[in-house]
Amino acid sequence: MDNLQYIFSFNIVLTTLRFAIPLTLAAVGATICERSGIINLGVEGMMLVGAFGGVLGTHLTGSPWLGVLFSIFCGGLIALLHAVLSIRYKTNQTVSGVGINILSVGLTVVLTRVVWGTDGISGSVTQLSTMSIPLLRNIPVLGALFEDQSPFLYLTLIIVFAAWFFMYRTKAGLRLRAIGDHPRAAATVGINVRVYRYVAVVVCGMLCGMAGAYLSIVQNNLFVNNMVAGRGFIALAANIFGGWNPLGSFLASLLFAFAQALRINLSLPIPDQFVQMVPYALTLLVLIGVGRKVKAPEASGELID
Amino acid sequence: MRGITKRFGAMTANDHIDFQVEQGEIHCLLGENGAGKSTLMNVLFGLLCPEEGCVEIDGQPISALTPRLAYQLGIGMVHQHFMLVNHLTCLENIILGNEPGKVVIDRKQARARVQALSDQYHFNIDLDAPVSDLSVGMKQRVEILKTLYRGANIIILDEPTAVLTPIEAEQLLSILRDMRTQGKTIIFITHKLKETLDVADRITILRGGKSVALLSAASATPEQLARLMVGHDVVFEIEKPARAQGDVVLRVEDVRLLQNAQSTVSFEVHAGEIFGIAGVEGNGQQQLEEIIMGLTRTKGGRIFYQKTNLLELSLRARRKLRFAYIPSDRLKQALLSHVSLQENFLLGNQYDPQYVRRGLIQKKALRENTLRMMREFDVRAVSAQQSAGSLSGGNQQKFVLAREVSKQPQFVLACQPVRGLDIGAIKYVHNVLIRLRSEGAAILLISAELSDIFQLSDTIGVLYKGELMDVRKAGAFDNESISLLMAGRKEAQADETNR
Repeated sequence: MDNLQYIFSFNIVLTTLRFAIPLTLAAVGATICERSGIINLGVEGMMLVGAFGGVLGTHLTGSPWLGVLFSIFCGGLIALLHAVLSIRYKTNQTVSGVGINILSVGLTVVLTRVVWGTDGISGSVTQLSTMSIPLLRNIPVLGALFEDQSPFLYLTLIIVFAAWFFMYRTKAGLRLRAIGDHPRAAATVGINVRVYRYVAVVVCGMLCGMAGAYLSIVQNNLFVNNMVAGRGFIALAANIFGGWNPLGSFLASLLFAFAQALRINLSLPIPDQFVQMVPYALTLLVLIGVGRKVKAPEASGELID
Repeated sequence: MRGITKRFGAMTANDHIDFQVEQGEIHCLLGENGAGKSTLMNVLFGLLCPEEGCVEIDGQPISALTPRLAYQLGIGMVHQHFMLVNHLTCLENIILGNEPGKVVIDRKQARARVQALSDQYHFNIDLDAPVSDLSVGMKQRVEILKTLYRGANIIILDEPTAVLTPIEAEQLLSILRDMRTQGKTIIFITHKLKETLDVADRITILRGGKSVALLSAASATPEQLARLMVGHDVVFEIEKPARAQGDVVLRVEDVRLLQNAQSTVSFEVHAGEIFGIAGVEGNGQQQLEEIIMGLTRTKGGRIFYQKTNLLELSLRARRKLRFAYIPSDRLKQALLSHVSLQENFLLGNQYDPQYVRRGLIQKKALRENTLRMMREFDVRAVSAQQSAGSLSGGNQQKFVLAREVSKQPQFVLACQPVRGLDIGAIKYVHNVLIRLRSEGAAILLISAELSDIFQLSDTIGVLYKGELMDVRKAGAFDNESISLLMAGRKEAQADETNR
């Protein structure tokens, strides 16, 4: 009975939204990056670096907001490495992305030890506080959406809409979409393909950095080794399921977050491992069903000189 | 353009070429593959920088030309391989890189401008259709519209008809004439003589990187153009010795080519006969090719090769029957372009104990035979280790012929065998097919080029919407009657196929 009650309560909406925040930010980042034709498997690592950067920034300045800015900077920096490797040096993008993931794990462990002298876990820092919106918080039921929520919730929604508007209404967005499908066509009409690609990859890293900061200084108040725990890959799947579209990425993230919310709050008489599989199994099922119809950028991973 | 010279390594692609185009004319740049046509135009469009020479527009010398500057100067280019983004709509493709509006695209204005241009030249383009849904002919119109939208006055078209069906090509030429009337200048790169004489005002001929002639189209003859292009006399007529038909080698019975075809297809090919399948592409030719070779399965119908029903045999078993197969897409189906010639030669011969013994490739035998075949078929390559992709189209096709014909086939399936080849290579391919015919092979020729069909075939069948409209002896058709059949007899239907 408890389970049913939970499913039909408004609580599950709130939990889903909270879980969806980091997935959405990273998925929208991946969408922007892959629309430029650069494959990014390094989302997971970029989030991890962001998570670490958020804690470090807060630790050094004492302000979690400066910590968030620092996480964005760190995510952008590690993404720049991916961009330089895959655009300037034409490394295989899959290899470079995986390399970023491995590097990030090692780097954050070492730096944790350097800064805090501890293994696998950082010291605790100030958490980013929640906020409430006056008036709106008084609406019955829906008011919960405006009471004691992280500012990240609103930021994420704004970013999703802004990314969609950018991609489908602005000149630069049209050019970005063109580049991912046919970079040569874009180049022949005078578009600087390289610049667009560098910017897209770095913006992706910045969004991933933010997503990481959410995990470390919004949901927690410290950095733990490998704390992203596969969310980066789920975000990539959300991007694919969402059809390389920011709104689609958001909706797909909601679906995966919903599965996570169920996993955490349901108590079912089956082994926990099966429940934990739900988000991943769902990802696979969804990709089998929808994956074939979705149009990927046609020039993914293709470089031009 | 004066004294343009462009070298690639040791090769001189353009050797002091002078090229002059006047406003409001259609100027054909004629030459064989590798004559330097595309290089010269890429220089004009700013994609390549010449070592010597200069480009002048309206008497003004232009230095440091880039595609962007070329557009500003009113030069537009339609590339041989389309520069269109499949996922975007026509409108988005056309305005890409030049969108009205500051940050946000002003769609209303964009649409108005593009629609006005489209109407002015009668393009009939659905601006909201995604480019991936369009026919090749339509895509080309989008490309032309793209250059017009950018204000091009001089439009370069690189081999525009190579990918078009005859009807689409005819429509393109009429659009070009229309554009000329409205004051645009058109440079038309081609190696086809007929359309050159059809549409050009003046003709510049390139050969071996040099400009060899500038003619007025009114006074030119096909023989003269061919001689200038190739450098020696070209005999257009092919000597085709009369030959008595032998037994039936291939019999196709009740095979359905297209799902919605109204009837099935049946015909016979005899030993010593070339059976030509004419028709606009996309009317079932591809299906016929794939069904005979076993690449697609079909329900119902039978195909007899001598006494065996092919449809019951695996691909491997079919290949054992001494088939020669020249696929319609050289680089997709016949050759691996990154792989060496001798390994390409092995394809289809991989079960021959001469080349593979106990699972090991017999390199020496393979190389020797590859080289012998290459000599015999005049394939020009440095060595057998060279990759197939590094050969010119003509040499690739000769190589495919060499490999397939070396099996002394009883039956040859030749699909679009001369597509994209220059005159010399076309003639070579024709001669090989005629030779095979003399040796008693049955040949099924599927070609979109009517000239191929007429020159080679003993019997001609016309394919339309998956049906054989008519089968007759070659002499019983003329250009007009066959064109009507290819269009499904009625004019109205011709328009439909074309849309």
